[in-house]
Amino acid sequence: MKDLNEEQQERAAGLKGLGCSRKRVEDARFTQGKGNYVDDIKMPGMLHGDFVRSPYAHARVKSINTDAAMALDGVVAVLTAKDLEPLSLHWMPTLAGDKQMVLADGKVLFQGQEVAFVVARDRFIAADAVELVEVEYEELPVIVNPFEALQSDVVLREDLAGQTEGAHGPRKHHNHIFTWEVGEKDATEQVLGDAEVVAEETVYYHRTHPCPLETCGAVASMDKVNGKLTVWGTFQAPHVVRTVASLLSGIEEHNIRVVSPDIGGGFGNKVGVYPGYVCAIVASIVTGVPVKWIEDRMENLMSTAFARDYWMTGKISATKEGKITGLHCHVTADHGAFDACADPTKFPAGFMNICTGSYDIPTAYLAVDGVYTNKAPGGVSYRCSFRVTEAAYFIERMIEVLAIELNMDAAELRRINFIKKEQFPYQSALGWEYDSGDYHTAWDKALKAVDYEGLRKEQADRVEAFKRGETRKLMGVGLSFFTEIVGAGPVKNCDILGMGMFDSCEIRIHPTGSAIARLGTISQGQGHATTFAQILASEIGISADSITIEEGDTDTAPYGLGTYGSRSTPVAGAATALAGRKIRAKAQMIAAYLLEVHDNDLEWDVDRFVVKGAPERFKTMKEIAYAAYNQAIPGVEPGLEAVSYYDPPNMTYPFGAYVCVMDIDVDTGVQEIRKFYALDDCGTRINPMIIEGQVHGGLTEALAVALGQEIAYDDMGNVKTGTFMDFFLPTAWEVPNYITDHTVTPSPHHPIGAKGVGESPHVGGVPCFSNAVNDAFRAFGLRHTHMPHDHWRIWQTANRLGLHD
Amino acid sequence: MIPAPFDYYRPSDLDGVIALLQEHGDEARVLAGGHSLIPMMKLRMADVPHLIDLQGIDSLRAINVTGTRVTIGAMVTQHDLIDSAELSSAAPILRETALQIADPQVRYMGTVGGNVANGDPGNDMPGLMQCLDAQLHLIGPDGERSIAARDYYEAAYMTAREDDEVLTAISFDAQPGGYAYEKQKRKIGDYATAAAAVTIQKSGGSVAAASIAMTNLSDTPVWSEAAGAALVGTACDAGAIKAAVAAMLGDIDPTEDNRGPVAFKRHVAGVILTRAITRAWDRA
Amino acid sequence: MSNKMHIKMTVNGKAEEFLAEPRELLIYTLRERLNVTGPHIGCETSHCGACTVTLNGKSVKACTLFVAQADGAELTTIEGLGTPDSLHVLQEAFREHHGLQCGYCTPGMITRASKLLEENPTPTEEEVRFGMAGNMCRCTGYQNIVKSILAAAAEMNAAKEAAQ
Repeated sequence: MKDLNEEQQERAAGLKGLGCSRKRVEDARFTQGKGNYVDDIKMPGMLHGDFVRSPYAHARVKSINTDAAMALDGVVAVLTAKDLEPLSLHWMPTLAGDKQMVLADGKVLFQGQEVAFVVARDRFIAADAVELVEVEYEELPVIVNPFEALQSDVVLREDLAGQTEGAHGPRKHHNHIFTWEVGEKDATEQVLGDAEVVAEETVYYHRTHPCPLETCGAVASMDKVNGKLTVWGTFQAPHVVRTVASLLSGIEEHNIRVVSPDIGGGFGNKVGVYPGYVCAIVASIVTGVPVKWIEDRMENLMSTAFARDYWMTGKISATKEGKITGLHCHVTADHGAFDACADPTKFPAGFMNICTGSYDIPTAYLAVDGVYTNKAPGGVSYRCSFRVTEAAYFIERMIEVLAIELNMDAAELRRINFIKKEQFPYQSALGWEYDSGDYHTAWDKALKAVDYEGLRKEQADRVEAFKRGETRKLMGVGLSFFTEIVGAGPVKNCDILGMGMFDSCEIRIHPTGSAIARLGTISQGQGHATTFAQILASEIGISADSITIEEGDTDTAPYGLGTYGSRSTPVAGAATALAGRKIRAKAQMIAAYLLEVHDNDLEWDVDRFVVKGAPERFKTMKEIAYAAYNQAIPGVEPGLEAVSYYDPPNMTYPFGAYVCVMDIDVDTGVQEIRKFYALDDCGTRINPMIIEGQVHGGLTEALAVALGQEIAYDDMGNVKTGTFMDFFLPTAWEVPNYITDHTVTPSPHHPIGAKGVGESPHVGGVPCFSNAVNDAFRAFGLRHTHMPHDHWRIWQTANRLGLHD
Repeated sequence: MIPAPFDYYRPSDLDGVIALLQEHGDEARVLAGGHSLIPMMKLRMADVPHLIDLQGIDSLRAINVTGTRVTIGAMVTQHDLIDSAELSSAAPILRETALQIADPQVRYMGTVGGNVANGDPGNDMPGLMQCLDAQLHLIGPDGERSIAARDYYEAAYMTAREDDEVLTAISFDAQPGGYAYEKQKRKIGDYATAAAAVTIQKSGGSVAAASIAMTNLSDTPVWSEAAGAALVGTACDAGAIKAAVAAMLGDIDPTEDNRGPVAFKRHVAGVILTRAITRAWDRA
Repeated sequence: MSNKMHIKMTVNGKAEEFLAEPRELLIYTLRERLNVTGPHIGCETSHCGACTVTLNGKSVKACTLFVAQADGAELTTIEGLGTPDSLHVLQEAFREHHGLQCGYCTPGMITRASKLLEENPTPTEEEVRFGMAGNMCRCTGYQNIVKSILAAAAEMNAAKEAAQ
């Protein structure tokens, strides 16, 4: 809003454009119970599908008898792999170049795997029929540990027997999937060998789950009269689902309509294609009536889309003064039974190579080995860009371990290694070009806001008091400084199943000066209908309140790759701004005609074109829109529409500085968050209210993951955390109030300078909470302890350090 | 998560309940608030062809305080306990305990009777009732009988109640003095990692009587007579508390689960009991 | 197959009568039989509260109640709290203070909050957090939910005072 006079400012404010905390247009329906989620869809004659699932983690399926189930009144069909095989749908391709069983084909590889699909008149009959399907299993040895898998003679994936080449290069062992290497191995080893100081640590980022409150589901409806298939579902990428559905089913893509209705949270869980979707579609094609499949919560936690499960071994070298010289990282990645990671094709470990973090590390090497085990497939980006949480956690733990090795303050160690403002655009040792940043300013602001020195003094006093026996509580100061890489991505190196990761926006201005814009993304709570209208309002001078935003219907929306990895604002947001600029360009021609001046004699003024030097002569966007439809303008097509497909030139690199103050009861392992300060820099801020809400939510998911949330298995491959009794989702009672703050460093290559923010708080939050726990015990000799930091594990740490003696 | 079909009954008196239980034997179960039984039925871990809902029997909802004698009907909810001014004054430990059970919605449905009767070692009321030396009143085909809470629990989900008996009420003598229900859990809605119910009567600066029971640290609640005895006659000093904890640790037998390994649970049991005793003594 | 029961209930002021299997969970009765789709299904084990409705004046989780138990009951769901022309104060407060994102927990959240404010019209922040602990949200981190409820309480109390 720079250089605007008071009258212009007033007009600009009326647009509710960029930078204002516009209230959400989505809220009216949600607060009145009028959302339309997939399970709200009800169609005449609709059938319900339900799965028979494997109770075993590894077993041969000797036989399946569906007679009793079929005999139950109301059961329409029971599908098994044998029924899908003639359609070649008993297996399906994964996003990671592997394939996955839709229904058990000869054996099962994880507990909860889909074995048969029952279709019945209602969900009660379907559930009864599931109990009546008789499956004979022969148990096989179970492997839940990836290191054991690489040693074991047991072949998990018999379908791949003898294949020494996978989708991402050579396979070293029958349970090995790929090795992915980035950076300079020899040079890094040399740097580490010559270094004055080297810190080493193995950091395990445990398996967890995105667990949106709404589970996954779909309604498929095959209209045999028109030959059209419509699928409503919990899809974070509806257009890709349509393409996949067409390729798998052979139905031409124009005859498939995929719709994402309201989605009750995604967080990465709803990126993948699941057997339930395929079975619902097949069942509808077979029966000719709509079929609904909605998973229950146990099914959701056991079978769809886990996240993380990375064993990361690091070595970081530095001078005695603390200048980092090299970083070496090896990851053993547990992918479960099938490699169903949701990453851009060329990145089998996502953007794990952002693991040099916010630091100027001249030499680095990363190698990732993917491994099969008897656990559920997935490996999705749970509220982060592809594997970026893993990378941020790794480097932020390594920095802390290095600080211990150097006997340095961890805040100071970060400061002397940050990439400097003048180094941007910065070329990282592992191949990325960071677009912009001002880390020192953010860090100083954060440390000052929390009185960092005061905290350290208080902590030291607490340690002394503890040693004197005056308290049983320790204090941890958790620090993290993260750099994300979001907005995938440039088509030259980012694709999903061959589809370039561009995104799109299509705008129609109506004659009376309101508008509709459709995008290739899909909101799952981020408030796109609110914020994209704000971007557009500022571009085209029509109030956000007069702009409808629509997403998620592949029949009407332009093709896009969907919403995950914080890509909506960086990619679709850019497409929106550019489509708006196309509208404005045409509007300028129309205005010139109406005002009888040359195009170049006009200038844009908030919501109108004004004749330069004659401010009383102007045409508002509303007037121009009307003219576009009711006048014959020489050389100009009627109407006012534009479409933009945006291929981003680079990713965007949001960053932030977080500080957590935690008190820990060493006797019970109970932790209490006293303070949490979060400074985020996401470039240009579109809607501060929504940004703040995203930060609160991302931090809370980070708190959950760091302090207890996990998908745990026993040795037999049984899931131990299948309900909300054991899978930790905090309530309002367990969560603190957060202090939010920001700096603004716009992205130089994004049309409006915005970077994306929804996932930053998770990426930065997890290491911050974990560092607080680790830091509390630093004075007693702790280097590192694994997450999740629940009560018993914290207690165990204290116990091992002799604090209970 | 959908339960198997069943027949539903809502008798209006206890005779009706008993008749149904006799008719259907172990194929019938009574339903109070349902927050233990219904999830089990939905997971098809409990097969209940005949479900007898007790909500129609008004007499089971009474709260009665006569002198020091407190009687609580089996269908009194956790919310009722929290809400009852009469109970809060006669036996405040009930309110303190109920507030640590589940969440507001579950407390609106969950009943004292259901919590006490079904023998789930994770439930909080059984340990509390053992601490208070409550009597459980049962009715069956042969009439009414009472059994001490301390004698009721045999193993996880195994109790002294016969299949054709129903718990109707719980009663105890409210003792003046100090009390505490201390519970460590992972989050709202969780069972205890360890919990302790403690009452202490003080006389002339020392402990005249003490009662201690522990929750979710064995396959039944554990009333530790020895732990209480270790406090009696002492000034509830550090040494006495240590002795009580040691005695309690001799009586519990926790198992490993997602809340943690045995060593952790035993340690936390000691910490929680220490805190409960300290708080109860402060209030005595 | 068990016998169907004749069930009567009042939902948001409207009398309903139908035949249903007793095992039908109340949440399915509302959502599928009566097309009252505001309350949602989140966890199915009575932890998340997305299915929260008010039954005979009590906040309950409709995923853990059989329709048979609700025979004769009076129910209020999010749909019964306000109308598009006359929103409940909480509905307005949640919008005003960004107390929702994906909206999936919101109907249960607001329904529970409405009961909480009846139980305690002047709650502290701590009391709101404790009183709302039966409702999970994955998006907001609760901070703005708490803010919304406190703001609604203040507004309702101010309106009450003004009316006196």
